[in-house]
This record gives sequence, C-alpha cells and structure tokens, in this order.
Amino acid sequence: MFEEMTYPESVNNAFLFIASIAAVIIVGVTAVMIYFVVKYHRSRNKKAVNIPKHYGLEIFWTVAPVFLAAAMFWYGYVGYADITDPPDDAMRVTVYGQMWKWTFEYENGLRKDTLYVPLNRAVALDLKSLDVNHSFYIPTFRFKMDVLPNKDNETWFKAEDVGEFDIACAEYCGLEHSYMYSKVVVMPEAAYKAWFEEETAKMNASDTTASDTTASDTTAVEKGASVE
Amino acid sequence: MDATTHTNGSYLSKTGGKGGIRSWIFSTDHKRIGLLYFASLAVFFSVGVVFGLLMRLELIAPGPTITDAQTYNSFFTVHGVIMIFLFVVPGLPAIFGNFFLPLMIGAKDVAFPRLNLLSWWLYLAGGLIALASVVMPGGAADTGWTFYIPYSVRSNTNVIPALIAAFILGFSSILTGVNFITTVHRMRAPGQTFFKMPLFVWALYSTGWIQLLATPIIGITLVMVGVERLLSVGIFDPSLGGDPVLYQHLFWIYSHPAVYIMILPAMGVISEVIPVFARRTIFGYNFIAYSSLAIAIFGSLVWAHHMFTAGMSGVAAIAFSAFTFLVAIPSAVKVFNWVATLYKGSITLEPPMLFALGFIFHFLIGGFTGLVQGALSVNLHIHDTYFIVGHFHYVMFGGMGFGFLAATHFWFPKMFGKMYNHKRAAVGFWTLVVGFNTLYFPMFVMGWLGMPRRYYDYLPEFHTYHFISTVGSWIVALALLIILVNLILGLAKGERVREKNPWGGETLEWRADTPPIHENWEEIPVVTGGPYDYKRNDENESTT
Ligand SMILES: [Cu+2]
Repeated sequence: MFEEMTYPESVNNAFLFIASIAAVIIVGVTAVMIYFVVKYHRSRNKKAVNIPKHYGLEIFWTVAPVFLAAAMFWYGYVGYADITDPPDDAMRVTVYGQMWKWTFEYENGLRKDTLYVPLNRAVALDLKSLDVNHSFYIPTFRFKMDVLPNKDNETWFKAEDVGEFDIACAEYCGLEHSYMYSKVVVMPEAAYKAWFEEETAKMNASDTTASDTTASDTTAVEKGASVE
Repeated sequence: MDATTHTNGSYLSKTGGKGGIRSWIFSTDHKRIGLLYFASLAVFFSVGVVFGLLMRLELIAPGPTITDAQTYNSFFTVHGVIMIFLFVVPGLPAIFGNFFLPLMIGAKDVAFPRLNLLSWWLYLAGGLIALASVVMPGGAADTGWTFYIPYSVRSNTNVIPALIAAFILGFSSILTGVNFITTVHRMRAPGQTFFKMPLFVWALYSTGWIQLLATPIIGITLVMVGVERLLSVGIFDPSLGGDPVLYQHLFWIYSHPAVYIMILPAMGVISEVIPVFARRTIFGYNFIAYSSLAIAIFGSLVWAHHMFTAGMSGVAAIAFSAFTFLVAIPSAVKVFNWVATLYKGSITLEPPMLFALGFIFHFLIGGFTGLVQGALSVNLHIHDTYFIVGHFHYVMFGGMGFGFLAATHFWFPKMFGKMYNHKRAAVGFWTLVVGFNTLYFPMFVMGWLGMPRRYYDYLPEFHTYHFISTVGSWIVALALLIILVNLILGLAKGERVREKNPWGGETLEWRADTPPIHENWEEIPVVTGGPYDYKRNDENESTT
C-alpha cells in the first residue's frame, strides 16, 4: 500500500495517522475528565466511593497503548526506510554547507548556489559541512538531514512537481542561521538538460582550466576555510 | 484542628541562634532551605521569563524588530539555560521535595542536612555565574542551551562561564538526589513501608536515581567542552580530529533523562492533589508508583531520538524510535489512573485541583506531540522546527509549570500558615490556560509548515502565527503576574491558617502543625495505613 506513495505523502500519512489517534485520545480523556468533575462534584456527590484498583482496567490501558504505539512506530518507519537508501540510478549532487550559505556541486564540477534538479528523477545528496553543524531542510519535501563537518551524510529525494521550493538550514549555526536559505528549482527533464548543458558550456568557457576544478573536490573546502 | 501549644515553635520563628538573614542562609533546616530555594528560583525564573518575552517580542514581525541577530541568539540561549538548569530541573525537588519529603515520611529532616545547605549554595553560585556570563564583557553565550560542538568551540562569547555554571548546578542536583535517596531508605516513620509512601515521595525517589546516575555524564561532558576550548585537545572538534556527534550522544544521554527529572516530580504532585480534592483513595497506587520507576529506566534508553537527522545506522534508529514509543506507556498509565481517581469522587475545584487538571490536559498534548516526533519519517520533517519548541513547552511549562503551580497552591497554607485568595487564583489559572495555548499552539502549525527553530528572522508566510504567539506571551505574563501578586498578598495579609489539615489530605504532612515546628514533630507519627485511605468514606457508607 505504501509503494505507490511518494515520500512526502508517506510522511503526511504517518503524521495524520498519529495526530488523529492523538486528537481522539486527547479529546476523549479530557471529555471524560470534565464529565467526572461535573457529575461527581461535591455539590452533587457528597460522599466519595473508594475504588483502589481494578486489574482488568490496568492491564487494558497498559496493553492497548502497546498496539497503538507499534502501529505509530510502523507508519513512521516505512517512510524512513525509503529515504535512507538512494536508488542506484540517482544523479548525485554534493551539498556544501557553510556559515551561512549552500553550494551545490554537480558531478561534472558545475557549482551553483541554487539547486536545479529535473522532475521525477532521484537526486542523491552527499552532505558536507565546511565549518559547523548545519542541517539541509526542504520543508515541502518533508525531510532534513544534518550536514556535519566530519561525517558525510547522504540523503535523497525525487521531486514530483515543477516549481521553486525553499531550502532552509535547520541546525543552529550562529549569527545568520535564519538567513541560510536557498531554493531547489525543479524543471521538466528537457528544460533541465538544456539548462545544464548551457551552464556547463559557460563554465568551460570562463574557466579554461576547468579540468582542474573538476578533479579537486577540495576547492570548495579551501574556499570555506578562508571564509571562516 | 487541635490547638495544642508546643514548646517548639514554628520553623519560621526558630532562628537557631543566628540573627537576620544568617538564620536563613546558614540554616540546615530542610524547610528553611526549601524556602531559600523558593526565593532564589523565583528570581531566576523571572529573569528567564523576561528573556522569553524579549524573544517573542523580537519575533512579532519579520525583519529586525527590537534587536540584532547576535542579541537574539543570546536571548534564546540565556532563556534556555536559566529555565532548564535553574528552574525546571531543580524546581520541584529543591523547593517542595526539600520541604515536604521529610514531612511526608515522618522524618525530622533529610539524611544529610549540611549537604543540603551546600547544594543550595552551589545552586546560588551556579545561578550567579550564569547571570554574570550574560553581562560580562564578551557577551552572553549564543550557542543555545545545548552547546552543540563545533559551534560552541568557535563562538567568541562567554561559553566557558555558562559551562561552569551548568557544571556547578549539576553538582547541586547530584547532592539533592543522593540526599533524597538516602532519606527515603533510612528515615521513614515506623510502619511506613515503601508501598505506604505518598506518590510524591515515589516520584522524588525515582528522580533522585536519575539525578545521581545521569548528571555526572553531563558534568564530564561539559568539562570536556571547556578543555577543548582552552587546550584544543580534539575530543569533539572535527578540525582537531574529534567527533561532534559523540558530543551529541553524551549530551542527550544526560539531557533526555533530565527531561524526566523535570517531569516526574510534577507527576508526583498531581498524584497527591487529585485524591485530596476528589476525597477518595487514588486509583492504581502500585501502577503509578511502578510507572515512575519504569519511566526512570526506559527514559534512559531513548536519548538518540534527538539525533535521527544526524545520520545513524538503521538499526539504531529503529531501536531508539521503538523505545520512544514504549516510554510513553507508563506516562499514559499515570494519566488514566488520575482520571479514574475522579470517578465516583466528591470533587471540589479548589485552585490546586484546577492546576492539576490543567496539567493533565496540557501534558496529554505535550505527550502525544512527542510521539508525533518519535515516528522516524515524521521526525525528519519536524525535527528542529517550531513543532519541537511547542512540544517541549507543552511538557515543560504545561506539565512541570502547571505541576509547580499546583504544588505551590496546594502546600502554600502549610508552608506559611496563610491562605491566598481563591477567586483570584482561579482567575490567574484561566488566564494562564488561555495565554499558554495562544502562545504555544501556533508553534505546532508553524513547525509543520517548516518554520525552523532558533531563527532570528523568518519568511513572511509565518508572520500570522508568530504574531498570535507573541500576543499569547503577553497573556501568559499577565497571568503569572496575577498568580504572583495573589500569593504575595496572601503571604502579607492573607487569612491566617492554624488548622493542620485545611484541604483534608491524608498524607503525613497534614498531621504536622501549620506551619510545621522546628524538627517537624513533637512525636514521630506511626503509619498504619496507606497514604490515601479515606477510610471515612467507607464508614459513612455502612452507617447511612
Ligand atoms: Cu546553517
């Protein structure tokens, strides 16, 4: 049942499932509480009745939540299992986070501060930080992953709609943390291809030693280190 | 009730041969120490509230409003450090635990009265250093109360003083824990077996173990951060070959159990208040007692649910998520038992009961929104957003805060021999409920829509929610003011209470004088029944 669902849908689904159960129980318990307070108010019930315990009830409300909890866990796990492993045919982009901007590097060395991706294609992200902890967050796509200085995390997504969506930094990283926004621009396959070829040509034209840049991953790292 | 004259006067007039303020700050009387904590906590809490209000004011509109980003970052750091380390963690044990633990088990004092005084001095020292770090040159720390590395190693602000403060406060907490555990084991009145102890005592006992076992981890971790900053050793800092994720693990190994240090005593208070104002025995005493222990144990196994987005192995993520759902169950069991205690009770809505019922409602919301975050895929979306800020405040303020106010209104007459105005207390309560939900509920919506936390500025689409939230903060401030003024007026010129048992409670503290005498008892009470027997209910049953 989950197979046809996109990742954001599966997150929405898990959220709705848990939130609905929560709402029913919160409203239910509160209603019972208010009902008891009114019904057994001292003005109506002078004398309380002592009921010290009831094993059946205790077992019921210890065991029943175990099943609810298991279901909630399962809904959350299903989506998570999807997002941890990028498909093999995914295109790869390296994401550099630094105080306080994002840089996206494509496999041919093309570097942009906005993330352009084709529609309906899995995009795997290699997350690297050049200084402190950041977290790469696309609210519309319902995921974030920390961008750490010593540990290269990986995540992936597949955009299902054309458009521009916000990329935020979700791990506090100092002064301009709240301005560390960028965008992901989702384009139809053909438009993306055209854009990518044009940008690649521009890069090659402006930089005759392009092969050097592609060869070294460390340029961005050095750049980041000097910023700091 | 009975106005027997005692040779031993009220603890409020017994100075122990010392004059003026010295009779307080050097007192080893657990009751006086409780009040010392009360006064100092009130001061630090007020400072924390002011910083919270300033944060909300800055966020009333997008763009710079009242201050710059650096100052705002210090606001939320100082707000967090003060509220967590100086109010929520010590709050109930330090004030009401100190004052009432010995009274509830029929003891004359805690096991180590001098350590008890030392723990208050450490608390004061830690608190003053924390405040000093705000005004000292260099500027208040801007790392957030979590001090995440590497940022906390690189920030040029007063991170070291803030770490020292937290470290000292940890010692204060450990001493309180040791003291309470020993007191519970060694000093119970004749006849009071473990399962005849009041549930607040059970809660303090479970809390004591967490304080004792978990706090040293944060102490050592904070020392390591300090060493890292000063000597560049390379434990956590990746530029020196350290591991920042290791820091997160160590931090949460303490700080998650610490959440239970914060909430368990409040749950204990609720277990005291509800039977008294329902005038009946508590439902499921053993289950509530065991659930405290279960929370203390399982709560130690869920720390990494703060780190699902840090990138962990699938197996670890599954285990920590599953345990997170399990630890909710003992809390749920408590809630069900409290509500069941209302069944066929004879209920009055005095101020302590209002606050206790308020606790249940807000804690339900706080608890369930915690489960929303425990679900792995949902966590990847709402982690580090306003959703968690809302959740945390529902548990801490809606839970611990309402529990604290329930305790204050419940034990106030016993502590001071005075009564506050009940109507004004109720007005304060309802204002607080309205303000609290206006302040924090919009955060769930914002968080779900993708508003990250610790943001000085935000996208225009979040403006409405932030605006509502800020208005809520003013209502909360008004409510706290009403409550505070009412208590101060009660203290200054409230009706005098001489009755030992103004609420009709059956735990031991209601058998002591009001206010209690020095060393609590003319004669140590003997315990024959459970703490919430309400035997008279049954007698009436048979006679009518
Ligand atoms: Cu960042």
